[in-house]
Amino acid sequence: MADSTSEDVAVVGNTDFAAADLHNNTNNTVTGYSSFSKTMMEEGVPLLKKMEISVSEAEKRTGKNAVNMQEVYTVYLIETRPVDAITEGQSTAPDSLWRRYSEFELLRNYLLVTFPYIVVPPLPEKRAEFVWHKLSADNMDPDFVERRRIGLENFLLRVASHSVLSKDKIFYLFLTQDDGWKDVVYDTGFQAKADSRLKALNATFRVKNPDKRYTELKHYSDELQSVISQLLRVRAKVADRLYGVYKVHGNYGRVFSEWSAIEREMGDGLQSAGHHMDAYAASVDDILEEEEHYADQLKEYLYYSESLRAVCRKHELIQYELEMAAQDLISKKQQREELATGTVRTFSLKGMTSKLFGQETPEQREAKLKVLEEQIVEGEELVKTSNAECDEYVRNAWIDIDRFKEQKNQDLKEALISYAVMQISMCKKGIQVWTNAKECFSKM
Amino acid sequence: MESESTTSSAQVNGNLAQTVADLSKHMLELDEDDDLEVFSKDALINQYKLEEQDIKDVFITVDCPENHVTSIETFVTYRVITKTTRSEFDSSEYEVRRRYQDFLWLKGKLEEAHPTLIINPLPEKFVMKGMMERFNDDFIETRRKALHKFVNRIADHPILSFNEDFKVFLTAQAWELASHKKQGPGLLSRMGETVRAVAASVRGVQNRPEEFTAMNDYVETFSQKMGMLDKIAQRIVKEQKEYLEGMKECGPVYTLWSGSEDQLVEPLKAIAGCIDNCCKVTEEQVAGLSENQVPILHEYVLCAETLKAVLRRRDNIQAEYESKVDALASKKADKENLKHTDLSFVFGGFLGKNTEEAKQQKEQRLDCEMKELKEEIGRLEDKVECANNTLKVDWERWKRNMQSDVKSAFVDMADTNMNYYKKCLAIWESFLTSQKTDVHLEKDTDS
Repeated sequence: MADSTSEDVAVVGNTDFAAADLHNNTNNTVTGYSSFSKTMMEEGVPLLKKMEISVSEAEKRTGKNAVNMQEVYTVYLIETRPVDAITEGQSTAPDSLWRRYSEFELLRNYLLVTFPYIVVPPLPEKRAEFVWHKLSADNMDPDFVERRRIGLENFLLRVASHSVLSKDKIFYLFLTQDDGWKDVVYDTGFQAKADSRLKALNATFRVKNPDKRYTELKHYSDELQSVISQLLRVRAKVADRLYGVYKVHGNYGRVFSEWSAIEREMGDGLQSAGHHMDAYAASVDDILEEEEHYADQLKEYLYYSESLRAVCRKHELIQYELEMAAQDLISKKQQREELATGTVRTFSLKGMTSKLFGQETPEQREAKLKVLEEQIVEGEELVKTSNAECDEYVRNAWIDIDRFKEQKNQDLKEALISYAVMQISMCKKGIQVWTNAKECFSKM
Repeated sequence: MESESTTSSAQVNGNLAQTVADLSKHMLELDEDDDLEVFSKDALINQYKLEEQDIKDVFITVDCPENHVTSIETFVTYRVITKTTRSEFDSSEYEVRRRYQDFLWLKGKLEEAHPTLIINPLPEKFVMKGMMERFNDDFIETRRKALHKFVNRIADHPILSFNEDFKVFLTAQAWELASHKKQGPGLLSRMGETVRAVAASVRGVQNRPEEFTAMNDYVETFSQKMGMLDKIAQRIVKEQKEYLEGMKECGPVYTLWSGSEDQLVEPLKAIAGCIDNCCKVTEEQVAGLSENQVPILHEYVLCAETLKAVLRRRDNIQAEYESKVDALASKKADKENLKHTDLSFVFGGFLGKNTEEAKQQKEQRLDCEMKELKEEIGRLEDKVECANNTLKVDWERWKRNMQSDVKSAFVDMADTNMNYYKKCLAIWESFLTSQKTDVHLEKDTDS
């Protein structure tokens, strides 16, 4: 095997998050890690530049689930192909493997834990939300599956184009290793590293000096989530109504056709106008499908707000731990002072007991002092590393947050423009239909 | 009308002139009403020269609805202004106020006088939603428009516009109208009419001419289809209104969003602006459909009912005629039977009566009755023929009007929708151009 490092990735307590190091801290027990793949993991170049990735198909499978019951689920075909192979004029067949949604979730959870300072791209929704009536909320519905396929591909492309995330070994294996990938992921022990919800919540409430930028970021992510949810809800309602308007026109087609049977002069005009009404009614399906794509773009950023909040939470946790360590150090120093000078500054049980039961012997005091000294040294070390950790985290996180902001502004602006383009297309179709219909009516 | 046109018509339509002359003679005898003018030769000839003469010389407007409150009731009156050059009218301009009941009365009188002419319907009398709806502005405006159309159609009709009651309606002051209404056939004679009509419809018509059966079938289908179109048009307006309500909520959300952003403020606000502008355009569209297309379709739904009534009345006229023919036939049969020995006369002889004399008496009586019947049959035959002819001609006129109305209603609808999309297109295109210029600006600042 090419990779020579043998350090385990299960580095409990290792709070060093530098990207380059992580690249080296990959599990050695990996199959199929050839020198070819080493080129893929080259420093400084996101994976996507070297490799074509797509999620090209979806299929239904049946199998037994964890509780040994029959279940139907969907798998998605991931195809990969080195970019070089195409540019050299040969188009080799792509490598491919099948993954289901839960495996994508696993990958993402791994990334969240392993790169807590990165705004990790979201997955497409697990269950259909913000649906309008014609759209099915059923996970098995082919339209839903198709939109999910696109969403999953988008997720992979985003990860693969990220300068940090794309270098991750587990991600690479997700794309290339068919069997046993799950075991590899679990072996990293990332689940143990995950911070408990309770711990995070605790930190949120008790941190004393939150970084102002992170507080603002948190507010922003809350506002973004709220406003996009509202927008998606309203949009779904409007889609419903639009559907109604167009479809009722289909009734014109039917009645015109029936009426034309009894009219001598008007018959032809009515018939042909009726056809245009039918075409108008049918056109709404395409229109709304396109709009669904716009909704999906908004949804991605709705879920991105979750990722933003996760980054803020991690920061709060680190900050909190730093504050705790600092607090602990201060109290220990105080204790040392008290012991050394014999003064009891603050009320303590020790002070009381010593008053009641008499002072300790100098030997005892010496012993205690010594222990305290050691603890203080440790504490100072801890504060130093915590501080460094915090600074490191803030530095790395803020780089990615800026990157994310750029990406978001660009993507959303494009989305808004594409929405306008959709509206224009809808208007043009409308003008066409009604011009044609008017011609038919005029001939009546 | 000048006598020249009468003569030329007579020359062109030789038989027709004779019939016209006969008809007019009969009509003058039988009509008890005041509107003899309607059945004058001139008016009949007008009817046959329909296509040649369509000069509009009576112009009516219905406007200025006003509330009136009395101790008993509240009602709305409309101002009716008439401008005319006709010699039959004493003045060239009239202004009166009329309430819905007066229009209803007019329609009744016209139907009475011309049972087989197609009179366009009045707007509906009652509103389902409740009494207070009567005074709602939109409702009154819709009604006013419909009443305006109603009187103008009568003014455009070659026969109806010369109706005496119509003239009174347009010209009389309130108290004059009230006293005029009280005239006319008394209650008993009107009741008699109704009884005869009911009897006739119960009897049914036996030999309905093919063309009127065809008309009946047409009206059945037409009525059905119009009803559906009316519902569809109203449903579209309803759905479009709901769409508008939804859209109105969108703009504010984009504006709200722009409050959290920095780089995206401008495009978000621009989108919000576009959506709000589209909402305004949608409101215009909904108003356009409600005011132009929907009322026309609804009017023709009511029209279909009018057509059915007209066809029924024609049937009744024919049925009445047929019943008299049957009566005559049975009297003839009775007379035939007299020729043969009748036992009752023989028995009468036993009681001292002269058989021959009794027979003769009876025969004379039958002859007298038959003579009366024959006269009546002659009158009714003319009535049937007149009814049929007026209906046929008016049917063509109605169909032409219907086609023109329906065509313009749908062309209007297409126009309304086209304008709606054109305006929205312009709004969204302006958004695109505004965003593209921003991009150029950004590029400039970078370099």
